[in-house]
Amino acid sequence: MAAVPSEYRLQASSRRLSDRIGDVALRGITLAAALAAIALLGAIVWKVVALAWPAMSKFGLGFLTSSTWDPVRKHFGALSFVYGTAISSLLALLIAAPLAIAIGLWLSELAPRGARGVIGSLVEMLAAIPSVVLGLWGILVLGPFLSHHLEPWLHANLGFIPIFGAPEATGTGMFTAALILTMMIVPIIASICRELFLQVPSELEEGALALGATRWEMVRGVILPATRTGIAAAIILGVGRALGEAIAVTQVIGGGTRITKNIFGPSDTIASKIAASYQGAASGLESASLLYLAAILLFIGLLTNVLAQLIARRFDPLRGAR
Amino acid sequence: MSAATPEFSLRPSGRLRRRRIVNRIMESIGTGAALLAVAVLGIVIASVAIRAAPALSLDFLTKPPNLFGGAGGGISSALIGSAVIVGMATGMALPVGVLIAVYLTEFARPAVAGPVQLVLDILNGLPTIVTGIFVYGLLVIGHTQSAYAGAFALAIVMLPLVARAAQEVLLLVPSALREAGLALGVSRWRTVLGIILPTTFGGILTGAVLAVARAAGETAPLLFTTSIFSPGVSTDVTHALPNIPVLIFTYSEQPDQALHEQAWGAALVLMVFVLVASLGAKALLARSRRKLGR
Repeated sequence: MAAVPSEYRLQASSRRLSDRIGDVALRGITLAAALAAIALLGAIVWKVVALAWPAMSKFGLGFLTSSTWDPVRKHFGALSFVYGTAISSLLALLIAAPLAIAIGLWLSELAPRGARGVIGSLVEMLAAIPSVVLGLWGILVLGPFLSHHLEPWLHANLGFIPIFGAPEATGTGMFTAALILTMMIVPIIASICRELFLQVPSELEEGALALGATRWEMVRGVILPATRTGIAAAIILGVGRALGEAIAVTQVIGGGTRITKNIFGPSDTIASKIAASYQGAASGLESASLLYLAAILLFIGLLTNVLAQLIARRFDPLRGAR
Repeated sequence: MSAATPEFSLRPSGRLRRRRIVNRIMESIGTGAALLAVAVLGIVIASVAIRAAPALSLDFLTKPPNLFGGAGGGISSALIGSAVIVGMATGMALPVGVLIAVYLTEFARPAVAGPVQLVLDILNGLPTIVTGIFVYGLLVIGHTQSAYAGAFALAIVMLPLVARAAQEVLLLVPSALREAGLALGVSRWRTVLGIILPTTFGGILTGAVLAVARAAGETAPLLFTTSIFSPGVSTDVTHALPNIPVLIFTYSEQPDQALHEQAWGAALVLMVFVLVASLGAKALLARSRRKLGR
């Protein structure tokens, strides 16, 4: 060892120093970027709550239980928007979840090999269509179609159920919004479901088939139980998307602060109320109330996402193993 | 046992028959659902294309809107504005997103990576209107609407997408490559910058294109940050710039037929861009994944 000339040793140690600096610097810079993402989320929460604070301190939680939105008397409550958000998302969920699971199953189990990739990417293309384009289509094509054909028919034949009330002439309303939301969340849930179904070990599937189960019995007995939690997480993610969608809903929901049973009537969701008032609110308190709505939306967004991630990570052995 | 001769028939009967019928019904429901989704996609694309056809012309793409509204005029200013805003957003989101991905794949311990990943997932799922409100509170209140505020809002939307895409390709880099670098005495940071990042360049680029395609159609983040603008062509980022999504949104809310036609035209341009970009990027991604996967 003593034979190593000193200049070599010097060179080696100086390179090690620059490398050490480089390592520390790269690690530090990338760490800073990761911390910036965390700080960004913190800043979003802090800023939105700070902006909404005037309305939060004035109305408190009573904001959620009051349905008046009266800029003249300066009394604001979110109940009708909460109701609109809940019902439109629930309707979308009821239509979208079975459809999306069926599509996921078809793509992973039934589709002929050649069609699988093509249909799969077509379904994903549906998710890529910008929401503003879907909204434009909803207001000018889907809405008129619904109000002239489907809604009168439902009203005439199923009108004894109070939710199928008299249709709106323009075709804007809760039902149209729910259908547009369905179109947006079906591809999201379907593609997650497909991934889940493909991860089910094929020995289990083949075992069930070898025991004489039909394909549907195999799906019901093996695939669905194995992926139950993952499907729940996918649905929560889809609902989270539906709850927070602002643009397309604003375009088609018609705007209204009344709480009605009639799903064909105009309504408003939390997100659409915020988006519809982008050109400014009359008073400071009204804009603070709008920001209170944004804070509620933020809270819902955080809740659904954390919930979905926790479910997906903790209870799903298929995903946790990765 | 009596001597009754059992009749063996290959025809399913009773329970088995019912099970097969149920199976057939369920299979048809699956096929029907998939076909329905594809049909809806076809209907949307076709009806946008049909309604956009009268509006489309070279002038539509190269002229700014009429100063006084109404028929005639084009969407060139909104196209330029959108390009500027999305370009700036990409400039902000891409480097930060790649750095986060490098941290997560190369440096972070699982205990640290978990929370960062969770934050990225939450940012990805946050309603984009909330992002718009946040940037409105941060950069617009007390100032004016501006293109950079819009770009910042879009960058927040893009960040988790870019980070996730970069992370996915970084994870595909064979560990042999990493170990070979380290075994040759190359330091960690040189391995990352000189070997690992270059191999993932294609994948990161396609991830960025996907994020651009998503951002180009986002309206909610721009509604509060760059929606009140003059219609002329401008690239001054300290003012609100016209852009395609907000133009479609505001025109669709007007009762004017001529504006609807313009909105359809703009919607077709936007939709074609988004679909072509995301399809192309996905094809490239599949290719680079195959290459790295070998």
